[in-house]
Amino acid sequence: MEGFWTKLALRFWAALILLFLFIPILLIFFYAFNTSNIESWPIPGLTLNWFYATWDDPSVRSALLLSVQAGLVATALALVLGSFAAFAIHRSAFFGRDAVSLLFILPLALPGIITGIALNAAFSFSGVTFSIWTIIVGHATFCIVVVYNNVLARLRRTQGSLIEAAADLGANGFQTFRDITLPLISTAVVAGAMLAFALSFDEVIVTTFTAGAQSTLPIWIFGQIRHGILLPEVNVVVSFVILVTVIPVLVAARLTGTGGAARVPAAR
Amino acid sequence: MRKSYGHVVAVAGVDLTVEEGEFFTLLGPSGSGKTTLLRLIAGFERPDAGRIELGGRDVTSVPPHLRETNTVFQDYALFPHMTVGDNIGYGLRVKGVARGERSKRIERALRMVRLVGLDRRRPSQLSGGQRQRVALARAVVNEPEVLLLDEPLGALDLKLRQEMQLELKRIQKEVGITFVYVTHDQEEALTMSDRVAVMSNGRIEQIGLPVDVYERPATEFVAGFIGISNLLTRDGIRFVIRPEKLHMLLEGDTAERGMTVEPGVLEQVIYVGQSTRYNVRLDRGEHLVAVRQNTEAADESHELEGRRIRLAWASDHTYVLDQPQPPDGEPATADNSKER
Repeated sequence: MEGFWTKLALRFWAALILLFLFIPILLIFFYAFNTSNIESWPIPGLTLNWFYATWDDPSVRSALLLSVQAGLVATALALVLGSFAAFAIHRSAFFGRDAVSLLFILPLALPGIITGIALNAAFSFSGVTFSIWTIIVGHATFCIVVVYNNVLARLRRTQGSLIEAAADLGANGFQTFRDITLPLISTAVVAGAMLAFALSFDEVIVTTFTAGAQSTLPIWIFGQIRHGILLPEVNVVVSFVILVTVIPVLVAARLTGTGGAARVPAAR
Repeated sequence: MRKSYGHVVAVAGVDLTVEEGEFFTLLGPSGSGKTTLLRLIAGFERPDAGRIELGGRDVTSVPPHLRETNTVFQDYALFPHMTVGDNIGYGLRVKGVARGERSKRIERALRMVRLVGLDRRRPSQLSGGQRQRVALARAVVNEPEVLLLDEPLGALDLKLRQEMQLELKRIQKEVGITFVYVTHDQEEALTMSDRVAVMSNGRIEQIGLPVDVYERPATEFVAGFIGISNLLTRDGIRFVIRPEKLHMLLEGDTAERGMTVEPGVLEQVIYVGQSTRYNVRLDRGEHLVAVRQNTEAADESHELEGRRIRLAWASDHTYVLDQPQPPDGEPATADNSKER
């Protein structure tokens, strides 16, 4: 049993860590409403002007559109390939299965810069022009893993006898999949897709190496910060990105009941 | 008509015929191959050699979903995302039985397992015993030719298990379906079965009526696995005698005419409620167990421990083992009664 002071110190320490993590994020929210375009504390006044300005900025709009398109297509690709890979690995036992499973997960563990450089070299080598499609392929490398991991984990937690029971009751392979397997893994699939989209939406490194002239939203933000102009607009966009990425992660965490742990790979 | 499951070599050779409408039990310790045999019948496993026939039709290569068998799984395998009613109706649904007919049969199945009114619940909202009944209803509702039950009562506590034993027997009589029941619990097997096959190491040691396997065990394994057996060798003949057939004689008691009497020491008296167990060491070396029902007030017989007594038995209560085997150092008394 910990003493009173130990408990107090632990709580204090936990609070400090949370503040350390979240104060910078809160700061951006405040700056998005800043009347001045110079970032200084305390902010002189609150305004919604930057929101209007950002909304009317065509470069923000096209970056947002590109990010959403790339994220949706990469997620769709990941849904199909990731789930199928999970089924294959779960269903069949073959020599080298663990090795293949590791190869599936590796793109997530690899530093993004390596994935980026490798893809960049491969695209240049094969003469593929950089476009939204090269971005999608880049994003798919890690989106597939997220879906694969989620679906495989659920499949492993599902009682094997359920599939046998369905067959025993007269269901053929398709009926078993439709009535038993799919409903049981559906939340894991949805959670995987949401995480995949969130990962894709804020990806910078791989995108840098696989994008052509276009900018995704994170790339646009990066460019604006480097040039030091339009900082208030960046704050507005960042606030928006935070909301867009946090909501699906929270929903995914609720669906899988694993807390936010699944988001950890995004911190690479 | 006969249902025969031909020569199946899975763990070892098994040749078995189950009659229609029979309550047939595969009894054996874990690893004896009884569950594998059941899974072969269900079609989850393919035999390496041999045939499985169902109602005279060779179904050896028929996949499970096309076999006229249904299984009650050990872990019940209820679909967690479906209600009780949908679980029970699933087999009918995939076979294309119309909705009206389906709900009628679900209702009848629920009545049979005494779960009327619970069809809207999820499996997670049921107790262990209720889940067991749902699993049973889900299988029986399809009216299969054979119902396969894989240790279905294993997860229940003793009292519930005994209730369900009677319930299962009642349901089996009601529907008239052939039951093939797998268990390691000898009491369960003797209580419910029309016939019992005792299995060991992938082989069938004996097939017979419950009274046969208990009173007239064919092998030493069967004698040891079912109940408490006393194994004796006299004049080169090995025979088994059940504890309740041994009479214990104190000084001054006389044996009935024609009984064999041997002297020994009463080493231990164990009171077990409805009966009392007496562990006796014969002067010739064997340890025997005698049991006496406590039909009257239990006697305070602990004071008898260490006393010299005599054991008596009638020769027609002994059962000579078919194939004498060389002694392999196993204890003559084996107790496999479940005390869970």
